[in-house]
Amino acid sequence: MQAKEIVVPTSTISMLRKPDPLADTQMTVSMGPQHPSTHGVLRLELVLDGETVVKATPDIGYLHTGIEKTMEKEKWQQVVTVTCRMDYLNSMGNDLGYCLGVEKLMGVEVPKRAQDLRVLFTELNRLSSHLVWFGTHAMDIGAMTAFFYAFIHREKILDLYECATGARLHQSYFVIGGTRWDLPANFISLCQEFLDGFPQFLDECKRLVTGNKIFQRRTQGVGVIKKESAINWGLSGPTIRGSGVNWDIRKSEPYTGYDTYDFKVPVYDGCDVWSRYLVRMDEMQESWSICCQALERLKSPGEHMANHPKLKLPERDLMKKHIDVMIHHFLLASEGFTVPVGEVYQSIESARGELGYYVVSNGAERPWRVRVRAPSYVNLSALPEMVEGSLIADVVAVIGSIDIVLGDVDR
Amino acid sequence: MAESIEQTQSVKHVPRYADTDLIRAQFANTVEEVIEAIGEVTVIAKREGLVEFLTWLRDEPSLRFNYLSDIGGLDLGEFAEPRFAVAYQLYSIPHNHRLRVKVFLAEDDATLPTMWHVWKTANWLEREIYDMFGIHFEGHPDLRRILMPADYEGYPLRKDFPLKGY
Repeated sequence: MQAKEIVVPTSTISMLRKPDPLADTQMTVSMGPQHPSTHGVLRLELVLDGETVVKATPDIGYLHTGIEKTMEKEKWQQVVTVTCRMDYLNSMGNDLGYCLGVEKLMGVEVPKRAQDLRVLFTELNRLSSHLVWFGTHAMDIGAMTAFFYAFIHREKILDLYECATGARLHQSYFVIGGTRWDLPANFISLCQEFLDGFPQFLDECKRLVTGNKIFQRRTQGVGVIKKESAINWGLSGPTIRGSGVNWDIRKSEPYTGYDTYDFKVPVYDGCDVWSRYLVRMDEMQESWSICCQALERLKSPGEHMANHPKLKLPERDLMKKHIDVMIHHFLLASEGFTVPVGEVYQSIESARGELGYYVVSNGAERPWRVRVRAPSYVNLSALPEMVEGSLIADVVAVIGSIDIVLGDVDR
Repeated sequence: MAESIEQTQSVKHVPRYADTDLIRAQFANTVEEVIEAIGEVTVIAKREGLVEFLTWLRDEPSLRFNYLSDIGGLDLGEFAEPRFAVAYQLYSIPHNHRLRVKVFLAEDDATLPTMWHVWKTANWLEREIYDMFGIHFEGHPDLRRILMPADYEGYPLRKDFPLKGY
Protein backbone atom coordinates (compact mmCIF):
# COMPACT_ATOMS: atom_id res chain seq x y z
CA MET A 1 0.00 0.00 0.00
CA GLN A 2 1.35 3.30 -0.98
CA ALA A 3 1.99 5.62 1.88
CA LYS A 4 -0.33 8.47 1.96
CA GLU A 5 1.45 11.72 1.42
CA ILE A 6 0.93 14.05 4.30
CA VAL A 7 0.64 17.60 3.29
CA VAL A 8 1.27 20.02 6.09
CA PRO A 9 0.25 23.57 5.50
CA THR A 10 3.12 26.05 5.77
CA SER A 11 1.31 28.06 8.39
CA THR A 12 1.47 25.05 10.74
CA ILE A 13 5.22 24.70 10.19
CA SER A 14 5.82 28.23 11.32
CA MET A 15 3.61 27.52 14.32
CA LEU A 16 5.62 24.45 15.27
CA ARG A 17 8.92 26.21 14.85
CA LYS A 18 8.49 28.43 17.89
CA PRO A 19 10.76 31.43 17.97
CA ASP A 20 13.18 31.66 20.87
CA PRO A 21 11.42 33.88 23.43
CA LEU A 22 14.73 35.59 24.25
CA ALA A 23 15.84 36.03 20.65
CA ASP A 24 15.00 39.64 20.04
CA THR A 25 13.32 40.79 23.19
CA GLN A 26 15.07 42.96 25.67
CA MET A 27 15.02 42.26 29.34
CA THR A 28 15.15 44.80 32.12
CA VAL A 29 17.11 43.74 35.17
CA SER A 30 17.34 45.67 38.39
CA MET A 31 20.83 45.36 39.80
CA GLY A 32 21.02 46.43 43.42
CA PRO A 33 20.46 48.26 45.69
CA GLN A 34 21.31 45.23 47.82
CA HIS A 35 24.11 43.89 45.69
CA PRO A 36 27.58 43.22 47.08
CA SER A 37 29.42 44.60 44.08
CA THR A 38 27.64 47.94 43.96
CA HIS A 39 29.70 49.12 46.94
CA GLY A 40 26.77 50.39 48.93
CA VAL A 41 23.24 51.10 47.88
CA LEU A 42 23.47 51.83 44.18
CA ARG A 43 20.71 50.53 41.95
CA LEU A 44 21.26 50.05 38.25
CA GLU A 45 18.45 49.55 35.84
CA LEU A 46 19.97 47.48 33.07
CA VAL A 47 18.25 46.83 29.77
CA LEU A 48 19.81 43.66 28.43
CA ASP A 49 19.86 42.06 25.04
CA GLY A 50 21.07 38.59 25.90
CA GLU A 51 24.18 39.30 27.91
CA THR A 52 24.86 42.68 26.36
CA VAL A 53 23.94 45.84 28.19
CA VAL A 54 21.85 48.05 25.92
CA LYS A 55 21.05 50.76 28.42
CA ALA A 56 22.14 51.40 31.96
CA THR A 57 20.38 53.87 34.25
CA PRO A 58 21.89 54.43 37.68
CA ASP A 59 19.36 55.10 40.41
CA ILE A 60 20.84 56.80 43.44
CA GLY A 61 19.64 58.56 46.55
CA TYR A 62 19.21 55.62 48.89
CA LEU A 63 21.85 57.05 51.21
CA HIS A 64 20.83 60.68 50.94
CA THR A 65 21.16 62.20 54.40
CA GLY A 66 20.81 65.89 53.61
CA ILE A 67 24.33 66.76 54.64
CA GLU A 68 24.38 70.04 52.69
CA LYS A 69 21.24 71.11 54.56
CA THR A 70 22.70 70.03 57.89
CA MET A 71 25.81 72.10 57.25
CA GLU A 72 23.73 75.26 57.05
CA LYS A 73 22.59 74.79 60.62
CA GLU A 74 25.98 73.90 62.14
CA LYS A 75 28.48 76.49 63.25
CA TRP A 76 31.57 76.93 61.13
CA GLN A 77 33.74 74.82 63.40
CA GLN A 78 31.09 72.11 63.80
CA VAL A 79 30.78 71.38 60.09
CA VAL A 80 33.95 69.25 60.11
CA THR A 81 32.05 66.61 62.04
CA VAL A 82 29.64 66.30 59.12
CA THR A 83 32.07 66.52 56.20
CA CYS A 84 33.94 63.36 57.13
CA ARG A 85 30.69 61.40 57.03
CA MET A 86 30.15 61.97 53.33
CA ASP A 87 33.02 60.05 51.82
CA TYR A 88 33.65 57.75 54.73
CA LEU A 89 36.67 56.11 53.14
CA ASN A 90 38.42 59.41 52.52
CA SER A 91 37.25 61.32 55.55
CA MET A 92 40.45 63.28 56.14
CA GLY A 93 40.37 64.63 52.61
CA ASN A 94 36.77 65.76 53.07
CA ASP A 95 37.65 67.68 56.22
CA LEU A 96 40.68 69.17 54.52
CA GLY A 97 38.73 70.59 51.59
CA TYR A 98 36.22 72.31 53.85
CA CYS A 99 38.90 73.68 56.21
CA LEU A 100 40.92 75.03 53.29
CA GLY A 101 37.85 76.75 51.89
CA VAL A 102 36.99 78.49 55.14
CA GLU A 103 40.63 79.41 55.77
CA LYS A 104 40.71 80.98 52.34
CA LEU A 105 37.64 83.04 53.20
CA MET A 106 39.15 84.14 56.52
CA GLY A 107 42.65 84.65 55.15
CA VAL A 108 44.24 82.41 57.77
CA GLU A 109 47.77 81.17 57.34
CA VAL A 110 48.21 77.61 58.60
CA PRO A 111 51.53 76.83 60.35
CA LYS A 112 54.09 74.62 58.67
CA ARG A 113 53.72 71.68 61.02
CA ALA A 114 49.93 71.66 60.66
CA GLN A 115 50.36 71.51 56.89
CA ASP A 116 52.72 68.55 57.21
CA LEU A 117 50.28 66.82 59.55
CA ARG A 118 47.52 67.39 57.03
CA VAL A 119 49.60 66.01 54.18
CA LEU A 120 50.60 62.94 56.18
CA PHE A 121 47.04 62.11 57.18
CA THR A 122 45.41 62.77 53.82
CA GLU A 123 47.99 60.58 52.14
CA LEU A 124 47.56 57.82 54.74
CA ASN A 125 43.87 58.18 54.04
CA ARG A 126 44.47 57.87 50.32
CA LEU A 127 46.36 54.65 51.03
CA SER A 128 43.60 53.23 53.20
CA SER A 129 40.94 54.25 50.68
CA HIS A 130 42.85 52.70 47.79
CA LEU A 131 43.36 49.55 49.85
CA VAL A 132 39.61 49.16 50.25
CA TRP A 133 39.24 49.76 46.52
CA PHE A 134 41.99 47.22 45.75
CA GLY A 135 40.45 44.54 47.91
CA THR A 136 36.86 45.00 46.78
CA HIS A 137 37.70 45.56 43.12
CA ALA A 138 39.70 42.35 42.99
CA MET A 139 36.97 40.50 44.88
CA ASP A 140 34.31 41.73 42.44
CA ILE A 141 36.31 40.19 39.65
CA GLY A 142 36.80 36.96 41.58
CA ALA A 143 40.13 37.28 43.38
CA MET A 144 39.17 36.63 46.96
CA THR A 145 42.56 36.57 48.67
CA ALA A 146 43.52 40.13 47.79
CA PHE A 147 40.69 41.42 49.94
CA PHE A 148 42.14 39.92 53.11
CA TYR A 149 45.65 41.13 52.36
CA ALA A 150 44.38 44.66 51.72
CA PHE A 151 42.32 44.77 54.88
CA ILE A 152 45.23 43.64 57.08
CA HIS A 153 47.11 46.76 56.05
CA ARG A 154 44.11 49.03 56.09
CA GLU A 155 43.59 47.94 59.68
CA LYS A 156 47.12 49.09 60.49
CA ILE A 157 46.34 52.55 59.05
CA LEU A 158 43.12 52.74 61.03
CA ASP A 159 45.12 51.92 64.16
CA LEU A 160 47.40 54.84 63.33
CA TYR A 161 44.37 57.14 63.07
CA GLU A 162 43.12 55.86 66.38
CA CYS A 163 46.48 56.55 67.95
CA ALA A 164 46.63 60.12 66.67
CA THR A 165 42.99 61.21 66.59
CA GLY A 166 41.06 58.82 68.84
CA ALA A 167 38.75 57.67 66.04
CA ARG A 168 39.12 55.14 63.28
CA LEU A 169 36.76 56.31 60.56
CA HIS A 170 35.27 59.72 61.32
CA GLN A 171 38.25 61.45 62.76
CA SER A 172 37.35 65.16 62.42
CA TYR A 173 41.03 65.70 63.08
CA PHE A 174 41.46 68.74 60.87
CA VAL A 175 39.86 71.89 62.16
CA ILE A 176 39.78 75.37 60.70
CA GLY A 177 43.25 76.76 61.31
CA GLY A 178 45.19 73.54 61.76
CA THR A 179 44.66 70.21 63.45
CA ARG A 180 42.76 69.46 66.61
CA TRP A 181 45.85 68.43 68.58
CA ASP A 182 49.41 67.42 68.03
CA LEU A 183 50.69 63.88 67.59
CA PRO A 184 51.04 61.58 70.60
CA ALA A 185 54.60 60.70 71.60
CA ASN A 186 54.67 57.18 70.16
CA PHE A 187 53.04 58.02 66.82
CA ILE A 188 56.22 58.69 64.84
CA SER A 189 57.70 55.29 65.64
CA LEU A 190 54.43 53.45 64.96
CA CYS A 191 53.96 55.22 61.63
CA GLN A 192 57.59 54.58 60.68
CA GLU A 193 57.08 50.90 61.40
CA PHE A 194 54.02 50.78 59.15
CA LEU A 195 55.67 52.73 56.32
CA ASP A 196 58.76 50.49 56.43
CA GLY A 197 56.65 47.41 55.80
CA PHE A 198 54.38 48.89 53.16
CA PRO A 199 56.50 48.59 49.97
CA GLN A 200 56.89 44.87 50.53
CA PHE A 201 53.14 44.53 50.87
CA LEU A 202 52.61 46.51 47.67
CA ASP A 203 54.93 44.10 45.84
CA GLU A 204 52.88 41.21 47.20
CA CYS A 205 49.72 42.84 45.88
CA LYS A 206 51.25 43.27 42.48
CA ARG A 207 52.34 39.65 42.40
CA LEU A 208 48.92 38.54 43.58
CA VAL A 209 46.69 40.52 41.24
CA THR A 210 48.58 42.63 38.68
CA GLY A 211 50.32 39.64 37.14
CA ASN A 212 47.17 37.54 37.24
CA LYS A 213 46.17 36.60 33.68
CA ILE A 214 42.49 36.18 34.54
CA PHE A 215 42.40 39.61 36.13
CA GLN A 216 44.09 41.15 33.10
CA ARG A 217 41.70 39.50 30.67
CA ARG A 218 38.73 40.68 32.72
CA THR A 219 39.91 44.30 32.79
CA GLN A 220 41.81 45.09 29.59
CA GLY A 221 39.67 46.84 26.99
CA VAL A 222 36.67 46.92 29.35
CA GLY A 223 34.76 50.07 30.27
CA VAL A 224 36.53 52.23 27.71
CA ILE A 225 36.08 55.99 27.89
CA LYS A 226 38.24 58.09 25.57
CA LYS A 227 40.20 61.14 26.62
CA GLU A 228 37.92 63.81 25.12
CA SER A 229 34.84 62.03 26.36
CA ALA A 230 36.29 61.68 29.86
CA ILE A 231 36.88 65.43 30.06
CA ASN A 232 33.43 66.22 28.73
CA TRP A 233 31.80 63.89 31.24
CA GLY A 234 33.75 65.58 34.01
CA LEU A 235 35.65 62.56 35.27
CA SER A 236 38.42 63.30 37.72
CA GLY A 237 41.04 61.63 39.83
CA PRO A 238 42.45 58.22 38.95
CA THR A 239 39.52 57.64 36.59
CA ILE A 240 40.52 60.48 34.26
CA ARG A 241 44.23 59.72 34.65
CA GLY A 242 43.48 56.22 33.40
CA SER A 243 42.21 57.92 30.23
CA GLY A 244 45.50 59.68 29.57
CA VAL A 245 44.73 63.10 31.04
CA ASN A 246 47.64 64.35 33.09
CA TRP A 247 45.73 66.34 35.69
CA ASP A 248 46.16 66.14 39.42
CA ILE A 249 45.05 69.05 41.61
CA ARG A 250 47.93 68.40 43.99
CA LYS A 251 50.20 69.43 41.10
CA SER A 252 48.08 71.92 39.16
CA GLU A 253 46.78 73.95 42.12
CA PRO A 254 48.94 72.88 45.06
CA TYR A 255 47.40 73.25 48.50
CA THR A 256 48.73 72.49 52.00
CA GLY A 257 52.28 72.64 50.73
CA TYR A 258 52.05 69.79 48.21
CA ASP A 259 54.37 71.77 45.96
CA THR A 260 57.21 71.13 48.41
CA TYR A 261 56.89 67.35 48.12
CA ASP A 262 58.54 65.22 45.53
CA PHE A 263 56.08 62.87 43.85
CA LYS A 264 54.93 61.80 40.41
CA VAL A 265 51.44 61.62 38.99
CA PRO A 266 50.85 58.24 37.36
CA VAL A 267 48.99 58.51 34.04
CA TYR A 268 48.04 55.67 31.70
CA ASP A 269 46.43 55.95 28.31
CA GLY A 270 44.53 52.67 28.05
CA CYS A 271 41.18 54.36 28.91
CA ASP A 272 39.97 51.05 30.37
CA VAL A 273 39.51 49.38 33.75
CA TRP A 274 43.03 48.01 33.60
CA SER A 275 44.56 51.48 33.20
CA ARG A 276 42.60 52.82 36.14
CA TYR A 277 43.82 49.86 38.15
CA LEU A 278 47.44 50.61 37.24
CA VAL A 279 47.01 54.32 38.06
CA ARG A 280 45.75 53.54 41.54
CA MET A 281 48.45 50.96 42.21
CA ASP A 282 51.16 53.45 41.20
CA GLU A 283 49.43 56.15 43.19
CA MET A 284 49.74 54.05 46.34
CA GLN A 285 53.48 53.94 45.75
CA GLU A 286 53.60 57.74 45.39
CA SER A 287 51.40 58.29 48.45
CA TRP A 288 53.73 56.09 50.44
CA SER A 289 56.64 58.25 49.31
CA ILE A 290 54.80 61.46 50.32
CA CYS A 291 54.00 59.93 53.72
CA CYS A 292 57.69 59.15 54.27
CA GLN A 293 58.68 62.73 53.39
CA ALA A 294 55.97 64.21 55.64
CA LEU A 295 56.90 61.96 58.55
CA GLU A 296 60.52 63.03 58.24
CA ARG A 297 59.45 66.68 58.51
CA LEU A 298 57.22 65.98 61.49
CA LYS A 299 60.17 64.82 63.57
CA SER A 300 61.01 68.45 64.30
CA PRO A 301 58.55 70.25 66.61
CA GLY A 302 56.26 73.14 65.69
CA GLU A 303 52.82 74.66 66.07
CA HIS A 304 49.86 72.52 65.07
CA MET A 305 47.31 75.37 65.10
CA ALA A 306 47.24 78.87 63.68
CA ASN A 307 47.60 81.50 66.38
CA HIS A 308 44.36 83.21 65.46
CA PRO A 309 42.09 84.57 68.22
CA LYS A 310 38.98 83.23 66.54
CA LEU A 311 40.30 79.76 65.96
CA LYS A 312 42.62 78.79 68.78
CA LEU A 313 40.92 78.08 72.09
CA PRO A 314 42.63 79.80 75.05
CA GLU A 315 44.84 77.73 77.30
CA ARG A 316 43.34 76.19 80.40
CA ASP A 317 45.77 77.83 82.84
CA LEU A 318 45.08 81.29 81.51
CA MET A 319 41.33 80.71 81.71
CA LYS A 320 41.60 79.99 85.41
CA LYS A 321 43.47 83.24 86.04
CA HIS A 322 41.80 85.81 83.77
CA ILE A 323 38.08 86.43 83.45
CA ASP A 324 38.41 87.94 79.95
CA VAL A 325 40.10 84.79 78.68
CA MET A 326 37.31 82.78 80.26
CA ILE A 327 34.70 84.92 78.50
CA HIS A 328 36.57 84.55 75.20
CA HIS A 329 36.55 80.77 75.54
CA PHE A 330 32.88 80.75 76.50
CA LEU A 331 31.88 82.87 73.52
CA LEU A 332 33.93 80.81 71.09
CA ALA A 333 32.41 77.58 72.35
CA SER A 334 28.83 78.81 72.62
CA GLU A 335 28.37 81.42 69.90
CA GLY A 336 31.17 80.43 67.59
CA PHE A 337 33.02 82.85 65.36
CA THR A 338 32.03 84.72 62.25
CA VAL A 339 33.56 84.50 58.80
CA PRO A 340 33.77 87.50 56.44
CA VAL A 341 31.15 87.80 53.69
CA GLY A 342 32.24 86.11 50.51
CA GLU A 343 32.24 82.98 48.44
CA VAL A 344 35.00 80.60 47.57
CA TYR A 345 35.40 77.43 45.57
CA GLN A 346 38.13 75.24 46.95
CA SER A 347 38.91 71.95 45.30
CA ILE A 348 41.30 69.26 46.40
CA GLU A 349 42.39 65.93 44.98
CA SER A 350 40.57 63.36 47.05
CA ALA A 351 41.17 59.64 46.60
CA ARG A 352 38.34 59.63 44.05
CA GLY A 353 38.93 62.86 42.19
CA GLU A 354 38.14 66.53 42.39
CA LEU A 355 36.41 67.25 45.67
CA GLY A 356 35.14 70.82 45.59
CA TYR A 357 33.63 72.96 48.29
CA TYR A 358 31.69 76.04 47.25
CA VAL A 359 31.41 77.89 50.55
CA VAL A 360 29.21 80.98 50.79
CA SER A 361 29.33 83.16 53.88
CA ASN A 362 26.99 86.01 54.78
CA GLY A 363 29.12 87.07 57.72
CA ALA A 364 27.30 84.98 60.30
CA GLU A 365 28.55 82.26 62.63
CA ARG A 366 27.05 79.59 60.37
CA PRO A 367 27.73 78.95 56.70
CA TRP A 368 24.99 80.28 54.42
CA ARG A 369 25.59 77.50 51.97
CA VAL A 370 28.15 74.76 51.50
CA ARG A 371 27.88 73.07 48.17
CA VAL A 372 29.89 69.88 47.79
CA ARG A 373 31.12 68.78 44.40
CA ALA A 374 31.42 65.08 45.09
CA PRO A 375 33.85 63.23 42.82
CA SER A 376 31.95 59.93 43.02
CA TYR A 377 28.71 61.62 41.96
CA VAL A 378 30.16 63.03 38.77
CA ASN A 379 32.21 59.93 38.00
CA LEU A 380 29.17 57.73 38.41
CA SER A 381 27.17 59.85 35.98
CA ALA A 382 29.49 58.64 33.21
CA LEU A 383 28.84 54.99 34.02
CA PRO A 384 26.28 54.46 31.21
CA GLU A 385 28.85 55.78 28.73
CA MET A 386 31.32 53.14 29.90
CA VAL A 387 29.09 50.09 30.22
CA GLU A 388 26.60 50.39 27.37
CA GLY A 389 27.45 47.84 24.74
CA SER A 390 29.55 45.68 27.03
CA LEU A 391 28.68 42.44 28.80
CA ILE A 392 26.75 42.37 32.05
CA ALA A 393 29.68 40.77 33.89
CA ASP A 394 31.81 43.77 32.95
CA VAL A 395 29.44 46.20 34.69
CA VAL A 396 30.77 44.94 38.01
CA ALA A 397 34.35 45.51 36.91
CA VAL A 398 33.57 49.05 35.69
CA ILE A 399 31.79 50.05 38.90
CA GLY A 400 34.79 48.83 40.84
CA SER A 401 37.17 50.76 38.62
CA ILE A 402 35.54 54.15 39.14
CA ASP A 403 35.69 53.49 42.91
CA ILE A 404 32.47 55.08 44.04
CA VAL A 405 31.50 55.59 47.65
CA LEU A 406 27.76 55.90 47.97
CA GLY A 407 28.05 58.18 50.94
CA ASP A 408 29.84 60.58 48.65
CA VAL A 409 27.38 60.13 45.79
CA ASP A 410 24.22 60.70 47.83
CA ARG A 411 25.49 62.98 50.59
CA MET B 1 47.81 47.45 26.61
CA ALA B 2 48.04 50.56 28.70
CA GLU B 3 51.22 52.54 28.54
CA SER B 4 52.45 54.87 31.21
CA ILE B 5 52.69 58.42 29.96
CA GLU B 6 55.92 60.35 30.20
CA GLN B 7 55.89 62.78 33.10
CA THR B 8 56.02 66.30 31.74
CA GLN B 9 53.85 68.20 34.18
CA SER B 10 55.91 70.15 36.65
CA VAL B 11 54.58 71.85 39.76
CA LYS B 12 52.66 74.94 38.76
CA HIS B 13 52.18 77.60 41.35
CA VAL B 14 49.16 79.84 41.84
CA PRO B 15 46.78 79.23 38.93
CA ARG B 16 46.56 81.96 36.35
CA TYR B 17 43.19 83.53 35.92
CA ALA B 18 41.17 84.29 32.89
CA ASP B 19 41.56 87.40 30.80
CA THR B 20 38.50 89.25 32.02
CA ASP B 21 38.78 92.13 29.52
CA LEU B 22 38.33 89.69 26.66
CA ILE B 23 35.21 88.25 28.29
CA ARG B 24 33.73 91.70 28.82
CA ALA B 25 34.52 92.83 25.29
CA GLN B 26 33.09 89.75 23.59
CA PHE B 27 29.87 89.37 25.54
CA ALA B 28 28.95 92.86 26.63
CA ASN B 29 25.23 92.02 26.52
CA THR B 30 25.40 88.85 28.59
CA VAL B 31 28.07 89.77 31.11
CA GLU B 32 26.79 92.13 33.77
CA GLU B 33 29.73 92.34 36.09
CA VAL B 34 33.15 90.80 36.64
CA ILE B 35 34.20 90.50 40.28
CA GLU B 36 37.67 89.54 41.47
CA ALA B 37 37.77 88.58 45.13
CA ILE B 38 39.88 86.23 47.27
CA GLY B 39 41.87 85.25 44.20
CA GLU B 40 38.81 84.05 42.29
CA VAL B 41 37.07 85.57 39.32
CA THR B 42 33.28 85.61 39.23
CA VAL B 43 31.35 86.62 36.14
CA ILE B 44 27.78 87.68 36.81
CA ALA B 45 25.91 86.79 33.66
CA LYS B 46 22.39 87.15 32.37
CA ARG B 47 20.31 84.19 31.34
CA GLU B 48 19.89 85.53 27.81
CA GLY B 49 22.77 84.33 25.69
CA LEU B 50 24.15 82.10 28.44
CA VAL B 51 24.50 79.02 26.25
CA GLU B 52 26.45 80.97 23.62
CA PHE B 53 28.59 82.56 26.32
CA LEU B 54 29.53 79.27 28.02
CA THR B 55 30.07 77.53 24.68
CA TRP B 56 32.40 80.35 23.70
CA LEU B 57 34.26 80.02 27.02
CA ARG B 58 34.74 76.36 26.29
CA ASP B 59 35.97 76.79 22.73
CA GLU B 60 37.93 80.07 22.79
CA PRO B 61 41.59 78.97 22.45
CA SER B 62 42.97 81.46 24.95
CA LEU B 63 40.45 80.44 27.64
CA ARG B 64 39.53 76.82 26.82
CA PHE B 65 37.32 76.04 29.81
CA ASN B 66 36.86 72.45 28.71
CA TYR B 67 36.02 71.09 32.15
CA LEU B 68 32.87 71.87 34.08
CA SER B 69 33.77 71.28 37.70
CA ASP B 70 30.49 71.99 39.32
CA ILE B 71 27.12 73.66 39.14
CA GLY B 72 25.98 74.87 42.50
CA GLY B 73 22.55 76.17 43.40
CA LEU B 74 22.13 78.92 45.92
CA ASP B 75 19.03 80.19 47.69
CA LEU B 76 19.55 83.78 48.81
CA GLY B 77 16.63 83.69 51.23
CA GLU B 78 12.86 83.65 51.10
CA PHE B 79 12.50 87.40 50.74
CA ALA B 80 15.53 88.09 48.59
CA GLU B 81 14.99 89.47 45.13
CA PRO B 82 16.21 87.79 42.95
CA ARG B 83 15.91 84.71 45.07
CA PHE B 84 18.11 82.08 43.43
CA ALA B 85 21.58 81.95 42.00
CA VAL B 86 23.28 79.21 40.03
CA ALA B 87 27.08 79.15 39.94
CA TYR B 88 28.99 77.33 37.23
CA GLN B 89 32.55 76.48 38.28
CA LEU B 90 34.63 76.19 35.16
CA TYR B 91 38.13 74.84 34.89
CA SER B 92 40.55 74.67 32.02
CA ILE B 93 42.76 71.59 32.00
CA PRO B 94 45.17 72.93 29.31
CA HIS B 95 45.52 76.44 30.81
CA ASN B 96 45.03 75.54 34.49
CA HIS B 97 42.75 78.40 35.41
CA ARG B 98 39.31 78.70 36.95
CA LEU B 99 36.29 80.91 36.47
CA ARG B 100 32.92 81.12 38.13
CA VAL B 101 29.88 82.15 36.14
CA LYS B 102 26.93 83.12 38.27
CA VAL B 103 23.37 83.67 37.11
CA PHE B 104 20.65 85.15 39.29
CA LEU B 105 17.07 83.95 38.93
CA ALA B 106 13.77 85.29 40.18
CA GLU B 107 11.57 82.87 42.10
CA ASP B 108 8.61 83.07 39.72
CA ASP B 109 10.83 82.53 36.68
CA ALA B 110 13.39 80.02 37.90
CA THR B 111 14.38 78.44 34.61
CA LEU B 112 17.72 78.12 32.89
CA PRO B 113 18.79 76.62 29.58
CA THR B 114 20.50 73.27 29.95
CA MET B 115 24.26 72.99 29.47
CA TRP B 116 24.03 69.31 28.68
CA HIS B 117 25.08 69.87 25.08
CA VAL B 118 28.15 71.81 26.16
CA TRP B 119 29.38 69.59 28.96
CA LYS B 120 27.83 66.18 29.65
CA THR B 121 28.69 66.68 33.34
CA ALA B 122 25.76 69.07 33.50
CA ASN B 123 23.30 66.18 33.19
CA TRP B 124 23.32 65.02 36.80
CA LEU B 125 24.41 68.34 38.26
CA GLU B 126 21.35 70.04 36.78
CA ARG B 127 19.13 67.23 37.95
CA GLU B 128 20.42 67.75 41.48
CA ILE B 129 19.67 71.47 41.37
CA TYR B 130 16.18 70.74 40.06
CA ASP B 131 15.74 68.24 42.88
CA MET B 132 17.02 70.51 45.63
CA PHE B 133 15.88 73.97 44.53
CA GLY B 134 13.16 73.42 41.97
CA ILE B 135 14.99 75.32 39.25
CA HIS B 136 13.97 74.07 35.81
CA PHE B 137 16.44 73.41 33.02
CA GLU B 138 14.93 73.81 29.59
CA GLY B 139 15.97 71.20 27.08
CA HIS B 140 17.37 68.79 29.66
CA PRO B 141 17.01 65.22 28.35
CA ASP B 142 15.99 63.61 31.63
CA LEU B 143 14.90 66.15 34.23
CA ARG B 144 13.78 63.94 37.11
CA ARG B 145 14.48 63.98 40.82
CA ILE B 146 17.78 62.30 41.53
CA LEU B 147 18.47 62.15 45.26
CA MET B 148 14.97 62.49 46.71
CA PRO B 149 12.21 59.94 45.99
CA ALA B 150 10.30 60.51 42.75
CA ASP B 151 7.05 61.39 44.56
CA TYR B 152 8.65 63.79 47.02
CA GLU B 153 7.09 67.19 47.50
CA GLY B 154 9.08 70.32 48.23
CA TYR B 155 12.64 71.36 47.54
CA PRO B 156 14.90 70.56 50.51
CA LEU B 157 17.70 73.07 50.05
CA ARG B 158 15.40 76.08 49.83
CA LYS B 159 15.74 78.25 52.89
CA ASP B 160 12.05 78.04 53.75
CA PHE B 161 12.21 74.24 53.86
CA PRO B 162 12.39 73.23 57.54
CA LEU B 163 15.45 71.33 58.66
CA LYS B 164 13.41 68.47 60.10
CA GLY B 165 11.40 68.13 56.87
CA TYR B 166 7.66 68.42 56.48
